[in-house]
Amino acid sequence: MHLTLEFGGGLDLLLEKSTKVHQVDVQPKDDEGKATMKGLLSWVKSNLIKERPEMFIKGDSVRPGVLVLINDCDWELCGGLDAELEDKDVVVFISTLHGG
Amino acid sequence: MDGGGGGGGRSREAVAGELERLRAEKKELDLRIRLLESELETCSPAPASSAGENACGAGGACQTRRGFAQDDALPAYMIYRYSRHLLLPDFGVEGQRKLSSSSILVVGAGGLGSPVALYLAASGVGVLGIVDGDDVELNNLHRQIIHQEAYIGRSKVKSAADACRAINSSIKVVEHHHNLKPSNALEVVRKYDIVVDATDNLPTRYMISDCCVLLNKPLISGAALGLEGQLTVYHHNGSACYRCLFPNPPPVAACQRCSDSGVLGVVPGVIGCMQALEAIKVATDVGEPLSGRMLLLDALSARIRIVKIRGSSPVCTICAENSVFTQEDFQKFNYEAFTSSPMSDKSAPSLDLLPESARITCREYKSLVDKGEPHLLLDVRPAHHFQIVSLPRSLNIPLAALEEKLPMLETSLKETAGSSDEQPSLYVVCRRGNDSQSAVQLLREKGFHSAKDIVGGLQCWAQDVNPDFPAY
Ligand SMILES: [Zn+2]
Repeated sequence: MHLTLEFGGGLDLLLEKSTKVHQVDVQPKDDEGKATMKGLLSWVKSNLIKERPEMFIKGDSVRPGVLVLINDCDWELCGGLDAELEDKDVVVFISTLHGG
Repeated sequence: MDGGGGGGGRSREAVAGELERLRAEKKELDLRIRLLESELETCSPAPASSAGENACGAGGACQTRRGFAQDDALPAYMIYRYSRHLLLPDFGVEGQRKLSSSSILVVGAGGLGSPVALYLAASGVGVLGIVDGDDVELNNLHRQIIHQEAYIGRSKVKSAADACRAINSSIKVVEHHHNLKPSNALEVVRKYDIVVDATDNLPTRYMISDCCVLLNKPLISGAALGLEGQLTVYHHNGSACYRCLFPNPPPVAACQRCSDSGVLGVVPGVIGCMQALEAIKVATDVGEPLSGRMLLLDALSARIRIVKIRGSSPVCTICAENSVFTQEDFQKFNYEAFTSSPMSDKSAPSLDLLPESARITCREYKSLVDKGEPHLLLDVRPAHHFQIVSLPRSLNIPLAALEEKLPMLETSLKETAGSSDEQPSLYVVCRRGNDSQSAVQLLREKGFHSAKDIVGGLQCWAQDVNPDFPAY
């Protein structure tokens, strides 16, 4: 399936050339063969994250301070790690900012 | 005027209506009391002003008549001053009256707080409180547009309050010359209807959110860094609090500060303007506030995303109905320990990785340069820092690339040695003396046993050795 992945709030610095937007074709399968966020996270970790993975992942989820948005909606409202993805979904990973 | 009847047979609706009306009246009375108290405070040896109460023409900034007309009309000076607000059908007299009887606390008079305070003052909020414990510095002025050069070295709150009073002398501006802490936050926040978080660090953000939940105040929260900004309204209409969204603090390494990572001045300006807007909407109950949603600004690509976020969490330790977190708990809570970061943008936590023998002070380094001791100076700051300013004849290899570029370092050391048999010494410097310690640790592991860290980095160099060296 085709997904648009975006990284912001400094998470882009963990990726090659600090690219914010990634158009990817993936089949993020979890253990049951479903295309879930859990599967996508491990795909992102092994395919996109180039340095300091601990700044992105903690355990099998994102680290504290990272918001995940599926089609502009907090993933907590869509099932979190178990949220199922569909073709052409837009997934945004954003680190919370504290500066001012 | 309907007196409400009295007698036993009143319906629930009638009682509820009466209650609401009385509460609104009480709020307005409270505000008038506050305004009068402040007048007493600010002009203690006040000249008697009973005569000429109504002598203010339209448009004249009238110091003595800040209250409201007895009937529903706005005072004359307000009508002219805020006429463009009053002309808005969605805002109108009702909106202006609500705004003028509201009190808003702006925490932080920096990049975000500057436009917030300026717009709230200009738009005629009743009471504007400003909290900040810092002084104005030259490197603030590119983004903290409320401050002027003449105020450098003076209190930010005084500077901001003077600017607000210069724009609008008919509102009450309250100065809080200290940083907000668990010991004083409740007392300060309690006096206001709405809080604007315009601060610059993580522990303060958790503290303000907790405080607002305890006192049931809506929180207009903005943040900016680099070329990005974020904005939402917490604890309003069932929306989440900061802890619902971020129950656990991020790792320290993920907490970037403006003083480390930089920020384009106008970015907090944009977010601050929108905070002022949201504060006005909440104060006047006009429109749909940004509660339950978050605005994400990416200035570089000129994109704004507004996303739906979770509401108040039933398991939130602070705002859930069954929360046991009390005001006493709050006052004792150690937010710096909770987040492992300081309540300030400026104080980067300092590392202490190395034994004494692996470090030298800036003064010691200066004297060995003066003696002409052969050595190599390695600067491990990022390349764009190195471009800002550097010490003469230093070699730049950023910490992140150091391991892969060790052969390059080896070559440079050989060149420095020249024909001499002796291995030249290797000194490592960075901006503040943290990265240089990590670099020396790595170098020693990789066999560069002479590597030494210059304590405190270029910041100490500017302080202790060469005051003309530009700090940044
Ligand atoms: Zn909460």
